[in-house]
Amino acid sequence: MLDTIGNVLSFSLYEGLVFGFVAIGIYLTFRVLGFPDLTVDGSFTLGAAITGVLIVIGVNPFLATLAAFGVGLCAGLATSLLNTKLRIPALLAGILMMVALYSINLRVMGGANVSLLREVTIFDQVFEWLGLGADVWYAELILAGALVVIVFLILNWFLRTEIGLALRATGDNEQMVRGLGADTDMTTILGVSISNGLVALAGAVVAQGQGFADVGMGIGMIVMGLASVIIGEALFRPRGVARLLLAVIGGTFVYRLMITIALRLGMAPGDLKLITALLVIIALAIPYIQKKVRRQWLPPAAKW
Amino acid sequence: MGENKGLLQLREITKVFSRGTIDEIRALDNIEMDLNAEDYIAIIGSNGAGKTTLLNVIAGVYPPERGGKIIINGRDISGLSEYKCAQYVGRVYQDPHIGTAAKMAVEDNLAMALLRGKPRGLRAASNKQRRDLFRSALTPLGLGLENRLNALVGTLSGGQRQALALVMATISKPALLLLDEHIATLDPKTAQIVLELTEMIVKREKMTTMMITHNMELALRYGNRLIMMHKGRIVVDMNQEQKSNLTVNDLIVAFERASGEAFDDDSILLRRD
Repeated sequence: MLDTIGNVLSFSLYEGLVFGFVAIGIYLTFRVLGFPDLTVDGSFTLGAAITGVLIVIGVNPFLATLAAFGVGLCAGLATSLLNTKLRIPALLAGILMMVALYSINLRVMGGANVSLLREVTIFDQVFEWLGLGADVWYAELILAGALVVIVFLILNWFLRTEIGLALRATGDNEQMVRGLGADTDMTTILGVSISNGLVALAGAVVAQGQGFADVGMGIGMIVMGLASVIIGEALFRPRGVARLLLAVIGGTFVYRLMITIALRLGMAPGDLKLITALLVIIALAIPYIQKKVRRQWLPPAAKW
Repeated sequence: MGENKGLLQLREITKVFSRGTIDEIRALDNIEMDLNAEDYIAIIGSNGAGKTTLLNVIAGVYPPERGGKIIINGRDISGLSEYKCAQYVGRVYQDPHIGTAAKMAVEDNLAMALLRGKPRGLRAASNKQRRDLFRSALTPLGLGLENRLNALVGTLSGGQRQALALVMATISKPALLLLDEHIATLDPKTAQIVLELTEMIVKREKMTTMMITHNMELALRYGNRLIMMHKGRIVVDMNQEQKSNLTVNDLIVAFERASGEAFDDDSILLRRD
C-alpha cells in the first residue's frame, strides 16, 4: 500500500516537473502576454519529433534536446509574426500554426512515430554519469528536477530584467507600453517564442522518457497546461514572479497527481482529456456564476 | 532650417479619415505650427475640432497625410511608429487606465517609464538606485505614493493613478509633454490637485507642453499661449500678452470672429464655469 502511494507520488512528481514546462509556457502566453496561443499542441510534438529523429541519426541526446528548444522557438516566432506583422488574430494564428505543424511533424518523422527504445537518451546518459540504474525510483526525478530548476532560475531572472518587465507590461496595458517607447511587437514575438521553446523542450524530454515520439502526443496540451495554471493559481494565490512560476509547477504536480489517482482507480485513459476539459470549464465558469449569483455586472464574453 | 530654435515644427499637417467614402472627415486641415522650448500651450476647441487627432499625429499613433512634416529638436519624426516617437513625446491621457498598468506595482510602472527612449536590456528593471529615484519623484506629489512602491496600481484611486501617469510621462524628461484632457474625468477637487501637480512638474522640469482642455477659464489661466481649433484648423493663436487680460466672453467673441460661426455653448461644450 505504502509502496503504491510512493509510486503514485513519485510518478506524479516526475510528470509534474516535465509537464511543468508546458504549463510555464502556457502561463507566459495566456497570462503574462494575454496572447491565447494554440501553437502549443503542435510545438510539443515538434520538439519530440526533432529530438527523436536527431537521436536516431546519432546526434548527442543533449544537443538533440537543445535543438527541440530551438525549433520550438521558431514555431512560436512564426505564430507571433503572423499576429504582429500580418495582424492575424492571436487565436487564429495559433490554430494555423498548429495545423501546419501536424504536417510538418509527419514530414520530420517520416511517419506517425519514431521509436527511441534502443537509443541512448538524456536519461540513459545521466543515469550512467550518476551510476544509477533506470529502476531506481528517483532516477528520472533528478534529471527532470534539474531541468526545471534551471528553467525556473533563468525565467525568474529574465522576467525581472528591463526586457522581461516590458514583456509583462505588454500583457497588462499594450497601449501604455508603446506610449513609453517599447516595441510591443518585439515583446510579443519574444514571449510567444520562448513559450513554444519551453513546450518543445517538454516534448523532447517526454519522448525520451517514454521511449518514442508520436504525431498525436501533443493533442490536448493546451487544455492540460491551462488546467495546471488554473489549479496552481487557485491553490497558491501567488503574487510576484518567483511565486507565480512555482505555483504553476505546483499546479502541474497537483493536476498530474489527480490524473494518476483517477487512472489507478480505474478511469479509462481515453476519458482523460474529457475530464481535463470539464475541469477547465468548471474553473472558468465559477467566477462567472459567482458574479451572477451576486448580481454583479457581467461583461460580454470575449470572441477572441 | 538647422538654426531654427523651435522645439516642435508642424508643416502641412493634414489628416483625413475614411477617405473616399461619404464619411470622409478632414480631421486636420493643413496645420502649421511652431513651438518654442518651454512653451506651455493650452488648446481649446469644440468636439471634433481635431485636438486629439493633432496629439495622436504628433505622438505617432497614425502618420499625417503625405507631405506633412513633424520636426522635434530638428529631427523629422513624421512616419515613425508610436513607440519610436515615444522617446521624444510623453503623454497623459484622459483616462488614467490608459497611462498606467493596473496589474503591476507602482515601481514596475515607473521602471517602464524611466527607460523611455533608452535601449531595454538584460539588467534588473529595478534596483536600489532606481527605487530611490522613484521615491524622490513621487514625494513632491504629497500623496504618499513614495511609501507604496510595491502596491498594485489597480488599488490606487483615479487621482493617484493620474498623478502617477503624470510622473511616468515626465520622469525620463522627453522633449515634449502632451496632456489630453488629463483632468477631465477627475472630480473637481482631485482635478485641482492634479492640475497643480502638472503646473509644478512643468515648471520644475521646464517641459514644453501642449495641454488640451475643455475649460476656457483654465486655458486662460494656465500656459503662455492659447490655441483654439475649429474643423481641423487653428483659428485663434494668442501669446501670453494677448491672452493675459482676456475674459471667457472675449474668447467667445474671438472664436465667433475667427470661425465665422455663432458660438453654440451646447454643441461646442466649452465650459464657462
